Amino acid sequence: MTDAPVKLEVVGLRTLSPMQRRLLSVLTHAALLAVSVLMLYPLLWMLAASFRPENEIFTSASIWPSEWSLDSYVRGWNGLRTSFGTFFTNSFIVSILSVCGNVLACSMAAFAFARLNFKFKNFWFAMMLMTLMLPYQVTLIPQYVLFRQLGWVNTFLPLVVPKFLAADGFFIFLMVQFFRGLPKELDEAAQMDGCSPWRIYWKIIMPLSMPVLATAAIFTFIWTWDDFFGPLIYLSEMKTYTVMLGLRTFTDSTGESDYGGLFAMSVASIVPIFLFFLFFQRLLIEGIATTGMKR
Amino acid sequence: MATSIQLRQLVKAYGDLEVIHSIDLDIDPGEFTVFVGPSGCGKSTLLRMIAGLEPITGGDLLIDSQRMNDVPAARRGIAMVFQSYALYPHMNVYQNLAFGLETAKTPKAEIQARVQRAAEILQIVPLLQRKPKQLSGGQRQRVAIGRAIVREPKIFLFDEPLSNLDAELRVQMRVEIAKLHNDLGNTMIYVTHDQVEAMTMADKIVVLRLGVIEQAGAPLELYNNPKNLFVAGFIGSPKMNFLTATEDGAGLKVAGATLNLPRAVAGATTLGIRPEHITLTQGSGIKIADLRVDLVENLGGQTVVYATTSDGQSVNIVLEGQAPVDLGSTVTAYADPARLHLFNANGDAI
Repeated sequence: MTDAPVKLEVVGLRTLSPMQRRLLSVLTHAALLAVSVLMLYPLLWMLAASFRPENEIFTSASIWPSEWSLDSYVRGWNGLRTSFGTFFTNSFIVSILSVCGNVLACSMAAFAFARLNFKFKNFWFAMMLMTLMLPYQVTLIPQYVLFRQLGWVNTFLPLVVPKFLAADGFFIFLMVQFFRGLPKELDEAAQMDGCSPWRIYWKIIMPLSMPVLATAAIFTFIWTWDDFFGPLIYLSEMKTYTVMLGLRTFTDSTGESDYGGLFAMSVASIVPIFLFFLFFQRLLIEGIATTGMKR
Repeated sequence: MATSIQLRQLVKAYGDLEVIHSIDLDIDPGEFTVFVGPSGCGKSTLLRMIAGLEPITGGDLLIDSQRMNDVPAARRGIAMVFQSYALYPHMNVYQNLAFGLETAKTPKAEIQARVQRAAEILQIVPLLQRKPKQLSGGQRQRVAIGRAIVREPKIFLFDEPLSNLDAELRVQMRVEIAKLHNDLGNTMIYVTHDQVEAMTMADKIVVLRLGVIEQAGAPLELYNNPKNLFVAGFIGSPKMNFLTATEDGAGLKVAGATLNLPRAVAGATTLGIRPEHITLTQGSGIKIADLRVDLVENLGGQTVVYATTSDGQSVNIVLEGQAPVDLGSTVTAYADPARLHLFNANGDAI
């Protein structure tokens, strides 16, 4: 080749000196930091409020407390007629049972839709999708009447039992989509190995679906933990309260509110969600192992 | 004790669409049968019907004279090797091999013994603790075969098991599967679209097209006496040459010249000659046509000549050794009349 090689130039990109480049980087980071602080400010303010003396909460503009104290935590934990430990226990019971229920029941329903053949499958699938479009508030009153007739009001049952009946269309849909992505040959190989549909579900599909199961578990936990409306309707005795109902109890219409306790317990109520997310998010991003298949 | 398989008027339909049209076939005990045909010919569907993965619409499937239509896949005594291997990605090789036995509640000690034996046969003992994603294509293929072996089935089914391997490995695995058949002596059915695999491995080849068996028989039987144009074109590589022929008073006219054939030619419209049966020296053969040489490929062991007749029909020739053929020159093709194939207007052999 005698031709000179064609010189490639990137058009439209300014060449910056190292100094300018550094300046640009500093400015970008400063802007990002400013926006982060803006976003985190309410959280930081709450965190600060939980550590400062009660009389300073609404008077001081500084985010740094003049005096650090754990009083609010001690007061908040024991200040109500029932200890906050009970609320935490209740919230844990409801959330953990909801996670188990949703993961098991929704995955079974999704397996049926994704892999089994039964009469009117498409019709039932459409019905399931329609429940997604039904607002929660629409079913609320009939559900309340039903649970009251069953004598379940003031127990955890109305909050937990529906989760074991695959009532959450969103997760079923999510899992159906995921299961459809798993190679059908795996089911067939298992079928040749003598597996029943139940064993295929339990031994093949479930272990391969960790990412979607983790997603369902995380969201169910967060949504149940944060749920205020459901417990508010079904739970009326203080010893059955969840954390969210407990927090409400700090603010009193008579004006006897304990804001320090409220903020301290609010901070405490975030901790389990944070830990739960921290623990399961690894599963979320861990790649699905369809690598045994070569396509 | 090897097992026989009979298909009696077997039909498969999806709704109104019939894809397998009443197929009859006998597979003898211990026979290595290859289903071959182009994509969409129904070979995989037929295999899956035998496996029990596709419900049978009509007819009977008999295994050792027992009707198997409604018997679940796992109870037919069949193991299958899938094209994609279908290894369970979350289990290591040992667990993959043991899974079927565990499902059948085989005692642990026996599982261990059988897995060990299969792993030794396939030389995958060092891989037992690995996950499928840590294996190469060839190793995965062995594990897939191993999973079939441990179950000690009566019948092995292979669904295009080599199509994901590179050319060299394919040849190697082909030999190993053939060896495995010799050692185990089981009845095996093998599906492929590759006619070389079919020719080299099969005791019996079944050529399928559009859900119908075009011809079934021993590889050389199909090669020497193809029943129709489709089989003639499908079996053999390179493909058989087909030349348009017309009958005139004196005999068969091909490319403007009349052939001196010592046999009846009534009704013939196509003349078939395999590339390897054409010579450029007269010898014992008769003259077929004068050809213009378009391209010559020297492969060392053979020479492949691409040529055209005076009326523009292409003819491929395979010559043994390194034949001196010049590009653009005119050569004369000869062939042994006993090795010519004649077909009528319907494409059937005469």
